[in-house]
Amino acid sequence: MATPRATAFSQSEMMIVAAARELAGQRVCFVGVGLPNIAVNLAKRTVAPDLELVYEAGVFGARPARLPLSIGDPTIVTGATAVTSMFELFAFYLQGGLIDVGFLGAAQVDRFGNINTTVIGDYDAPTTRLPGSGGACEIAINARQVFIIMRQSARSFVEKIDFRTSPGNLGGADNAARIRREQGWLGRGPSVVVTDLGIWHFGDDGEMRLDSLHPGATLEQVRETIGWEPRIADDLAVTPAPTDEELRLIRVELDPGGAYTK
Amino acid sequence: MPDNRRVSTSKVATMRDAIADLVRDGNTVAIEGFTHLISFAAGHEIIRQRKRDLTLARLTPDLIYDQMVAGGVARKLIFSWLGNPGVGGLNAIRRRVEAGPVAASGEPALELEEYSHFGMVGRYMAGATNLPFFPLRSYFETDLPRANPLIREIESPYGDGTVYAVPPLKPDVTIIHAQRASAAGDTQVWGLLGCQKEAAFAADRLIVVVEEVVDESIIRADPNRTIIPGLIVDAVVVEPFGAHPSYVQGSYDRDNRFYLDWDPISRDEAATQAWLDEWVYGLAGRAEYVEKLGVERVASLRPGPAPSGVVDYGDYR
Repeated sequence: MATPRATAFSQSEMMIVAAARELAGQRVCFVGVGLPNIAVNLAKRTVAPDLELVYEAGVFGARPARLPLSIGDPTIVTGATAVTSMFELFAFYLQGGLIDVGFLGAAQVDRFGNINTTVIGDYDAPTTRLPGSGGACEIAINARQVFIIMRQSARSFVEKIDFRTSPGNLGGADNAARIRREQGWLGRGPSVVVTDLGIWHFGDDGEMRLDSLHPGATLEQVRETIGWEPRIADDLAVTPAPTDEELRLIRVELDPGGAYTK
Repeated sequence: MPDNRRVSTSKVATMRDAIADLVRDGNTVAIEGFTHLISFAAGHEIIRQRKRDLTLARLTPDLIYDQMVAGGVARKLIFSWLGNPGVGGLNAIRRRVEAGPVAASGEPALELEEYSHFGMVGRYMAGATNLPFFPLRSYFETDLPRANPLIREIESPYGDGTVYAVPPLKPDVTIIHAQRASAAGDTQVWGLLGCQKEAAFAADRLIVVVEEVVDESIIRADPNRTIIPGLIVDAVVVEPFGAHPSYVQGSYDRDNRFYLDWDPISRDEAATQAWLDEWVYGLAGRAEYVEKLGVERVASLRPGPAPSGVVDYGDYR
């Protein structure tokens, strides 16, 4: 099924390339650390040269000269268009509606793109205490669209999440669209989920649908790593493998140490 | 409210005196700084002085609150993102949260009060501006208001829907780290600004820790860079390298090796306490800590230069 290719690549590299390509035509992107950071920087060098990188720590128009080690690395400041207070960043840029795409990861996600990053188990006596919202809750509500990037596993793609930290399409698209409209939210919710196995978009009813399978991945793997009977597109595509140039940018410029991509 | 306006005289104090005088058992303390400019030196002095029953507020508790919780100074955390940025979890805190009502050490579980980042910033904003709440569009259709009943839905008085409100946060003491200040406390910061200004104006008492004290003329030559006037500052502590292992824009980089090292140390209670013995209780203060780190490690964190251009404010007489 996989197309012949000149260069071998890792699942992480495929995720980064797939997420970067989804950013074609986007203008203002709220970046997270790790894979989203590399994806956004790759997009800026390929499909979205005008992309403005926004970091929640309070930077608009970042030009990081190295891979940021954290969400607040000093390299996102040097050479940026603007440093803002966090109040300005969340109030003017995010809640004010200037962010086109926000990236989110999750410990748990459900079929409607609702996200848990707070606890596994009961809130008051958790099995695992996770970091919590950070800026995710407001990104999910206010960014014009949300990209979710995470690896698939039966523990993380679940029928019912233990805690809703960040709203997605709630219980379905009709409900979500009505609530988002009535509450005055500017965000339309999640639009894509990029995993190590494929690319999911959200259908008219608000449920995620597998539109593209990464080269080498199988539908059997997809079903084994998801907690519900997944919806598969009739015209399921195969994600084009990373090009040599995309791999060069990742390996030479963006993550030369292979911290996120091995 | 005490009137803490002071005449413009020196507020320079030692870290030991500033913490002893201004941080009291049972206080709500905010050491702010979003990944940048985190006053580890102040946190360590609070541990060293064995303060107790503190409520610790910070958007991102970071390693400093993990260490302070391990040091037994805290009974409660107010926060929005609980993790070791770029590395993983905060293990000392998790031990006090996941263990149930009583931790293995016999200590009571740490009380948690959580928000989102914007909610925490809004809390400081309401505290700084003497308002009863801060409104925001976060929290709809989430479980956060159920987990924290202080997050409340309110009607717009103009009949155009509902928003969520968070209450003011007014720390008894806010502590921030900055590149420089005058002896009177006029404080200048560059690089990430986080919510230090909001947390400073919200506080009853304010400690500013700086890399260097500069003459007032340096401050006055660039007033746009001043985020906090000496008017609201109670103590200025000069503590070079006081933000290590976090960083100071233009002076030193984050010591990522320590952020990675803390993960295995903090997973083990005995190793955590041994670390505190060696690096906190066993040292008199930050100068000894820097000496112990060694010149090579310190030098390895110095960035190359990238100076700003100079602006002309104009001479208007």
